[in-house]
Amino acid sequence: MAERNFRVWRGDADGGEFVNYKVEMEPGMVVLDAIHRIQTHQANDLAVRWNCKAGKCGSCSCEVNGKPKLSCMTRVNDYAPEETITVQPLKTFPIVKDLVTDVSWNYEQKAKIQPLQPRPREADGTHRMQQEDVDRIQEFRKCIECFLCQDVCHVLRNQDRKDAFVGPRFMIHLAQLEMHPLDTADRIPAIKNEYGSGLCNITRCCTDVCPEHIGITDNAIIPLKERVVDRYYDPVMMIWRAITGAGAK
Amino acid sequence: MAAETGTGGHAAGMFKTLRTDAWWFEPLWTGLGFLIFTIYANYEMMKGDNYWFSNGAHGFGGYLSPFFSPLLFADTRVWAGAPVAESFFGEAPTWWPTWFPSISAALILPLPLSFRLTCYYYRKFYYRAYFMSPPACAVNPAPQPGKYEGERMLLLFQNLHRYALYAAIVVLGFLSYDAFMSFFRDGVFGVGVGSLILTLNPILLGSYTFGCHAWRHLIGGKKDCFSCDAFNHDKGMKKSYGAWRAVTWLNERHMLLAWVSMIWVGWTGLYVRLVASGAITDFSTWGN
Repeated sequence: MAERNFRVWRGDADGGEFVNYKVEMEPGMVVLDAIHRIQTHQANDLAVRWNCKAGKCGSCSCEVNGKPKLSCMTRVNDYAPEETITVQPLKTFPIVKDLVTDVSWNYEQKAKIQPLQPRPREADGTHRMQQEDVDRIQEFRKCIECFLCQDVCHVLRNQDRKDAFVGPRFMIHLAQLEMHPLDTADRIPAIKNEYGSGLCNITRCCTDVCPEHIGITDNAIIPLKERVVDRYYDPVMMIWRAITGAGAK
Repeated sequence: MAAETGTGGHAAGMFKTLRTDAWWFEPLWTGLGFLIFTIYANYEMMKGDNYWFSNGAHGFGGYLSPFFSPLLFADTRVWAGAPVAESFFGEAPTWWPTWFPSISAALILPLPLSFRLTCYYYRKFYYRAYFMSPPACAVNPAPQPGKYEGERMLLLFQNLHRYALYAAIVVLGFLSYDAFMSFFRDGVFGVGVGSLILTLNPILLGSYTFGCHAWRHLIGGKKDCFSCDAFNHDKGMKKSYGAWRAVTWLNERHMLLAWVSMIWVGWTGLYVRLVASGAITDFSTWGN
């Protein structure tokens, strides 16, 4: 069997280094298989988080040759045979050990967001929705919370504005709530001020890396930005609202 | 073993990345492509000639370059300028210097340009290609002066994209009229290669304009519930939802349409220039 070179980052929050490993290949291997093989045969203490190995749990997020990816969905033969495959932890979150990062900041953001506030039930005790009304938000429910979009977002990754922007993952979550036909809560002021929709400059990297192919930028972030424009920046709509009292959720 | 700076082995410094693919290619070709169009648009504006062709006919019909549409003023001092009768406000003011950009182009071009500059697709491209913020995904950006504020401070004007959209729709109406006019010469109906080129221009521009994110929002995206108002109940919800779906179809091709429509504007202007200057012949049913 052929061997391939892997370069895996080993270390913790205090520092570390890349370590080279030669791994025996089998047909159909993904990067996570190679990491497991290293863990089994060469480095028993190599830390890696994983769970489903089917691209649905979002646990094995890392960076492969500089790109945020799910290691379980990244085939080794996507890379040229002579190419060394570099595997490193997510950049945006603090390192726990080796390929494992502490993504708890994300859960703190989610906890800040006002949950669904449905309108009262109808007379027969039900909530009715039409399929066409929930088509849009069903796309957002595909999110597996792998946080690759959070990792690649330069506002969080390079500009370190975690203090002002919740990131693309939670813009999806906010869009899902704001566009929900039963929801009565008004999150637009918080989307502008607290969650930082204005910090996104639409460079679409979140959409590029999403393993679920969610249209994060086009279907969630931009529609939310436009709703913020309706409320805060469009002079005609502001006058219209002042005259008619329309627009409040 | 090789030690790296930065926890996690992430490269530090401008444009540093461990990506091994040609990440620089997209910002390079988009940056160059838009730069070439901008240079050509400025050339048309500065030259201000060869923007009208009717093969000497004076009646209704002719080809008008999109860089000069709508024709506010006709400058009779230039070669192959439009007849005064075709302009909205008559002859170009004599005090307007000839070495200055053409008054019609200078007054019109900012409208479609502002639509493109505030367009959500173009924002992606030029933040990457020109501002390097970031140049590509997972590539370190250019240094930021002060704290990064995104589109909250200096770039707050981007929020008025929908007003640029309204202006672009008005210009689109004039370009559609130009396309209609291109099928006539001296009041006689006919077809020339230029007619087809001038017709495709508003079709492509319309597909780009009506696939705009702001339009998608205004046409129905701002609603939380397509079925909740009485009108849509009566119509089986199809009108509002159907319009939004149609715009969404165009929106999914917004980047492609942005480039194709921009290139076609340039080509249309160039075609009119070449025909008007006599460099090439416009084959048509009117005869040459």
